[in-house]
Amino acid sequence: MIINHPLLGPRDSQEFVYLGDASLIDRPDWQAENAVDQFHEYLYQRTNPAGEHQELWFHEQGDRSWLVVTRNTLTHEITAVELARDVARRRGRSK
Amino acid sequence: MSQTNRLQGGQIDRSKVLNFTFDGKAFQGYQGDTLASALLANGVRLMGRSFKYHRPRGPISSGSEEPNAIVELRSGARQEPNTRATIAELFEGLSAKSQNHVGSLKFDFLAVNDRLASFFAAGFYYKTFMWPKAFWEKLYEPMIRRAAGLGSLSMQTDPDAYDKGFLHCDLLVIGAGPSGLAAALTAARSGARVILADEDFAPGGRLNAETFTLGNTSGAEWAQAAVAELSAMPNVRILTRTVVIGAFDHGIYGALERVSDHLPVPSEGKPRQILWRIYSSRAVLAAGATERPIAFRNNDRPGIMMAGALRAYVNRWAATPGKSVAVFTNNDDGLRTASDLIAKGVKVSAVIDSRADGPAFSGAEHLRGAVVTDALGRLGLHSVKVKLASGEIRQIPCEALGVSGGWNPNVHLTCHQRGLPVWNADLAAFVPGSLPPGMVVAGAANGEFSTAAALASGAKAAAGALDALGLSAAPADLPQAEDAPTRVSPLWYVPHKGRAWLDQQNDVTVKDVKLAHQEGFRSVEHLKRYTTMGMATDQGKTSNIGGLAVMAEMTGKSIPDTGTTIYRPPYTPVPIGAFAGRSAGADFRPKRLTPSHKWAAEQGAVFVEVGMWLRAQWLPRQGETHWRQSVDREVAATRGSVGICDVTTLGKIDVQGPDAAEFLNRIYCNPFAKLPVGKVRYGLMLREDGMAMDDGTTARLAEDHFVTTTTTANAVGVYRHMEFCRQCLWPDLDVQIISTTEAWAQFSVAGPNARKLLQKIVDPEYDISNEAFPYMGCGEITVCGGLRARLFRISFSGELAYEIAVPTRYGDGLVRAMMEAGREFDAVVYGTEALGVMRIEKGHAAGNELNGTTSALNLGMGGMVNKKKDSIGSTLSEREGMNAADALNLVGFEPVDRSKTLLGGMHFINRGAPADAKNDQGYMTSVAFSPSLGHSVGLGFLKNGAARKGEVIRAVNPLANEEVEVKVVSAHFVDPEGERLRG
Repeated sequence: MIINHPLLGPRDSQEFVYLGDASLIDRPDWQAENAVDQFHEYLYQRTNPAGEHQELWFHEQGDRSWLVVTRNTLTHEITAVELARDVARRRGRSK
Repeated sequence: MSQTNRLQGGQIDRSKVLNFTFDGKAFQGYQGDTLASALLANGVRLMGRSFKYHRPRGPISSGSEEPNAIVELRSGARQEPNTRATIAELFEGLSAKSQNHVGSLKFDFLAVNDRLASFFAAGFYYKTFMWPKAFWEKLYEPMIRRAAGLGSLSMQTDPDAYDKGFLHCDLLVIGAGPSGLAAALTAARSGARVILADEDFAPGGRLNAETFTLGNTSGAEWAQAAVAELSAMPNVRILTRTVVIGAFDHGIYGALERVSDHLPVPSEGKPRQILWRIYSSRAVLAAGATERPIAFRNNDRPGIMMAGALRAYVNRWAATPGKSVAVFTNNDDGLRTASDLIAKGVKVSAVIDSRADGPAFSGAEHLRGAVVTDALGRLGLHSVKVKLASGEIRQIPCEALGVSGGWNPNVHLTCHQRGLPVWNADLAAFVPGSLPPGMVVAGAANGEFSTAAALASGAKAAAGALDALGLSAAPADLPQAEDAPTRVSPLWYVPHKGRAWLDQQNDVTVKDVKLAHQEGFRSVEHLKRYTTMGMATDQGKTSNIGGLAVMAEMTGKSIPDTGTTIYRPPYTPVPIGAFAGRSAGADFRPKRLTPSHKWAAEQGAVFVEVGMWLRAQWLPRQGETHWRQSVDREVAATRGSVGICDVTTLGKIDVQGPDAAEFLNRIYCNPFAKLPVGKVRYGLMLREDGMAMDDGTTARLAEDHFVTTTTTANAVGVYRHMEFCRQCLWPDLDVQIISTTEAWAQFSVAGPNARKLLQKIVDPEYDISNEAFPYMGCGEITVCGGLRARLFRISFSGELAYEIAVPTRYGDGLVRAMMEAGREFDAVVYGTEALGVMRIEKGHAAGNELNGTTSALNLGMGGMVNKKKDSIGSTLSEREGMNAADALNLVGFEPVDRSKTLLGGMHFINRGAPADAKNDQGYMTSVAFSPSLGHSVGLGFLKNGAARKGEVIRAVNPLANEEVEVKVVSAHFVDPEGERLRG
């Protein structure tokens, strides 16, 4: 597969390491009342879509960016690649 | 007499005579021959034995689809089994052997299998599993294993190199027949970067095998001119002897180039084969078509082959499999074979045309509405039985029979991304359906069988691809060519008693398909697995559709309703050596050497692989014959005076920025925010699930500058994790991290004389006395007269110890300088074994304890998980199950009988309890002989272990029926109060 890195252009997926569902960005608040339950959901519960899937890839043999790649799990078509940091900020993460 | 069956003409170089042997017998052929064409020219039709029934077989094809003529090439270390004689290029001195027989090729003792055919019918293998039970292991399996399998391996190391390569292009053209050449010419003339790949050594595809003309020249001459034009263009790369094996995601294609297979030995510096990864924007699949047989009784006799292959042997190689030849066809293409044979002066004894209403043929006896019902001649065909339209049976003498059941487009690569071929009733064949993105199919591969259509569709496919790339195509300049229509009347098999072969390589007959149907294995996937049809190395290129057609007839469904199997990569077999490339033996993966490697090697160190690193395991001295002698000495010398160890392999991560302290505070479960500048702290890192991930020390060199260390094994993973936290969880924390593992050479200097040694190295302006540089202190210093260095007062051994780091290029110099300075203290360098012994004696956890299943609480560090801050893993550490009263605790163990040895992996069982899983109390993780104590010691996890000190339990090894009584003790065997390291 080829991942179109937002900073570096098209790169072979062999340069990357795969982590998994980009929902791992949405780490819960540790001070929430039901924090243990929320963390349990966050860590263990995943959807397994047959189709479009947002997932985290790390450019380990490259610039060390974490990317959010939108990939169709049926066709491997990649429709979007963003810096994970930008996605995280958009989802309200900061410090 | 040699080359009795050689004809006039052909594309062979008769001035270059090549000598070769087959089964030890000497033959001659010419440059341009394949092994199969040369053997046919010499009157040899019998080339192998079949897989299951050991039936005598000859080639049925002239290409890579060959199921029968599978031979072993060369000898010695280059011996190569299971190669296809039909594509093996002849070279001077080639030695080839037939395969799969016991005794000689002509008298194979296992041919008895053919008489036992009813026992070996489809599914026999599965039935042997069922009854009687004991027979499988003792009788069936050994027998099947001995009888099956094809060639043999040399069992020697392959002396040749295999490479991997990467290529990029605008347009990849797969196949250099008329459509591929037209596509390549169109694209290349427009300036596109073109790669043209063809599995043959002579580009041209069927143009080399046919007699018709393109414009004013022969097909082969036109192909040569096209290749000459392409070769001269800088934007074109022609890969001959290169088969495209797979269509992968996003325009990536795999290809195998057989660089040196046609040479006795690869030329100097050349690999045997290259596995290419081709990155293409667009691709034209011009892979041609494969002719399919018609099954009839004994249709596997040597001398029976595809009509198109027969034509290729006669036209391209001037070799005929027999003096008199018959043709059996259901379509017009078979008639072309007959006329080409006649033109070459070969006697055509009859043309058997299953069509009563097909076009008339003159030049030989044309039996219309007739079918072949049987073939005679066990080791070589001598005649066929023909059922005429009248119903009369006639026996026709012939040494060879060309069979044509029509042509199947080579759709394989269109299926590699789950594209399904679609049935074309006019052609009675599957044609490409949905295609991988970026691929266009042209020519016969797309069911466009005439030469004119192939040329036009190739040019059109390239023009379309160029258009998509924003290039404009030059108008195609195509020659006049034949444009005959495809006329075929489907005929898959001739019903008759006896066995009619569908898959010749795996010995699957029409009967077997019927049996599969009868036993309920009717879906195409079941059919394949039950009969093993299409599962041999040829992947059913000549047999799958035939089997499907027979099954369709059984079930009363149409062929497309019956289905088709999905083709998967590779298109043709790829040697494992090509996949391995250079990653073999010692080059399997990169080797990382520590800065003191050269010095240690000079001392005769024994090295051990730690991940990619090679570390000194122990450094034997003269007279030491057992590793324990060296390790015990290294431990004693370190604890008695001073020892040095290269710890460069530990991961080092530089953490900088105003938020660096806050970042580390969240990465580690214990607090880091208030670590003073100039101090080091041990840190335990958890995974989000609360299990221990890694540990190490972190030094604060400045308010906004930390240096963190990781274990050797986890250096890469921890860095990746920290980047994940930084970029994905807290994107606005102002912190930067970088791995500096390779930047610093780091040595541990441990033992009561460690300070005295270092004082001789460290520049005098730096005070490293206990008062100025206490335990857990750190600082940036200079050594050896101005060399910048970092000093950390940390201890893994439990001794007064430091770790000193200098830029990597000075590591070799530093170890030599320290050994010189340490001479008066009898300083030693110790390896990873002594390192391990000392950490076990001290009760420090390492990889065996941080094994991915243990929590901070298990490790005795539960109290370190700070509840007043957020850190990775802190929340889920609170889960009930991870805080059970009888949780495992890390404790020490010593044998009650001090002479006993402990074993890692032993399980703990209470005294008097049966040694079974129900009574398991935990397990031993690390063991060592402690030279300091004079007996074995161990670390391990024991249920509620912290409260059980003094108890005697059993450490058992049920695998070897071993058992040792052990006493539960503190994990800190040496200096439990920690006085030494503070001294």
